[in-house]
Amino acid sequence: MTEVITATPKPESALRAIWHQFRTHKGAVFGLVVLSLLILAVVIGPYLWHPEKLTVVEAIKSKNKGPSLKFPLGTDQLGRDMLQRMIAAGKVSLAVGFVAMMIAIIFGTLIGVLAGYYRRLDGPLMRLTDMFLALPLVPLLLVIMMLFRDRTASILGPELGAFTLIVFAIGITSWMQAARIVRGEVLALKEREYVLAARSIGSASRRIITRHILPNVVSPVMVAATLGIAEAIITESVLSFLGLGFPPDFPTWGRLLYDGLSYMQVYPERVIWPGLAISLTVLSVNYIGDGLRDALDPRIRGR
Amino acid sequence: MLTFTLRRLLLAIPTLLVISLVIFLLVDLAPGSPMSEIPLTVPPDVRRKMIEALGADQPVFVRYVLWLRQFFWVEPATLFDGWFGTNWAGGEQRILSWQSRAPVFTIIGQRIPQTLTVIGTAYLVGVMIALPIGIYSAYRQYSLFDQLGTLFAMIGFSVPTFFSGTLIIIIFAVTLGWFPTKYDTNLHVTDWASFVQQLRQMAMPVMTLGLANAAVISRYMRSSMLDNMGMDYVRTARAKGLSERVVVLKHVLRNSMIPVVTVIALGIPSIFGGAIITENLFGVNGIGAALIGAIHASDLPMVQTLAFIFAVLIVSFNLIADVLYGLLDPRIRYD
Repeated sequence: MTEVITATPKPESALRAIWHQFRTHKGAVFGLVVLSLLILAVVIGPYLWHPEKLTVVEAIKSKNKGPSLKFPLGTDQLGRDMLQRMIAAGKVSLAVGFVAMMIAIIFGTLIGVLAGYYRRLDGPLMRLTDMFLALPLVPLLLVIMMLFRDRTASILGPELGAFTLIVFAIGITSWMQAARIVRGEVLALKEREYVLAARSIGSASRRIITRHILPNVVSPVMVAATLGIAEAIITESVLSFLGLGFPPDFPTWGRLLYDGLSYMQVYPERVIWPGLAISLTVLSVNYIGDGLRDALDPRIRGR
Repeated sequence: MLTFTLRRLLLAIPTLLVISLVIFLLVDLAPGSPMSEIPLTVPPDVRRKMIEALGADQPVFVRYVLWLRQFFWVEPATLFDGWFGTNWAGGEQRILSWQSRAPVFTIIGQRIPQTLTVIGTAYLVGVMIALPIGIYSAYRQYSLFDQLGTLFAMIGFSVPTFFSGTLIIIIFAVTLGWFPTKYDTNLHVTDWASFVQQLRQMAMPVMTLGLANAAVISRYMRSSMLDNMGMDYVRTARAKGLSERVVVLKHVLRNSMIPVVTVIALGIPSIFGGAIITENLFGVNGIGAALIGAIHASDLPMVQTLAFIFAVLIVSFNLIADVLYGLLDPRIRYD
């Protein structure tokens, strides 16, 4: 079989080529649009939607209202506007996802680079990774939350304390994938000629790692990072769902879902909205990860 | 193969020891331990006696070694004695739960049947759904069925079980009223009517977890089938004039099952540990519910033991998956 070679105009830059490939993945584009809309809603939502504070009497009167012009998503059992709470909760949920992913990726990349580059560290660090992979993570996270919640809350305040603890707990229990991917890449990269060339002109290891190796592991790390956001958002909502996450007056989507459970039989929409928000976020992030994987893989790109 | 298995077994021992130490120290040294929760109105000598009675006055490492000894020697010995009427354990102190003062393993023994029936069935159902979907999606790659399968898997990945579970409750229990919302742990299956009732109350948790598992496994099945579909031996089999049925279901399927079987084995520990949410949501009184209860009650021995059992399961099934992989695929030889 002979392939017809069509003279496609050569893309100008790598970034542009990646974007081209990314755009062909319908799911990924859908994910990007949905995620951007969600982030936009959460960031500028509070400026567009700020219902006036209700007095106590008004709040009691407006308990458990269905959707109306004044309350597009109805109100909860304390007369609070659900839309406003959804926006506030989304800010926390998304922030937890991004920050926890950053911690996991930084830690994972560090471990991966050290293990891949320095032969002496490879054994011990990979044993450490294996050990973390064998830990029962959800039970451990629950235990960490139970044991350290009060202490961090007393040091940093209930809200910041819970946020810091959750983000760190999720971060240090989800870096293993990134570490393994990076180690594999570094092991292959450090034998390449350009690294040898850099070493032969006397570059220090630190410089070789930061200038020559790290830029080349960016693409697999990006994919791991996107999927990590989804994972972190789900983990946070699991913790909130089991009552071991954020305090009740500091809503996240998982917490709203948990609060709505008791009213599920009468007001199912109170469970459905936050659940839908979590699922949509995770779905779109997963699709973006999928598209990125294809777009960043030079073997697929340009076909 | 045997040397490989032995070597892996030996490597598992230090891993488990380190994990047990981590779990023990994490739970033991944390600021929120129940010792700090004895009310200040309790007089000091009573407080001291309470701490002594709980065995919490010894140094950390003594308690760690004692706990290990209890876990690895006293408990198995007691179990053995219970089976054969011997007296290996010699009435030594077992690991006691701080909530109920009953041995932790007795409680676990009471809870495990619930978990195994509900969550185990869900896993089985998930595998049974996933395999045909994966096979057919791969056989008709990019067909409508494959696209739908991909969408189904993506949704299964993305919708967390606590949301899909609540949706299923809203649809099937609240709106349609087909199934009871809560799982009745006291139900004993004695006749046909109670068996039907058991099936009805199991339906929703099994659906929730089964769908989540099916999504993951069907993806593995599909990609593994796709890897094999293009192989030369498949072309040879077709060239010999074998029917499509035989080619796909015998030649390709058998080879594709190798990685899938290991994935299925790797997922088994999650039957025990990962189902905490489902058990919690539907009120199944299994191990996951026991863990949550113990966490809320600051029952340290129970939490430590359960967490360590989960770790042992994960390590053993990793080992089993590796050995299975070597046994099933003669091309892979570890030594």
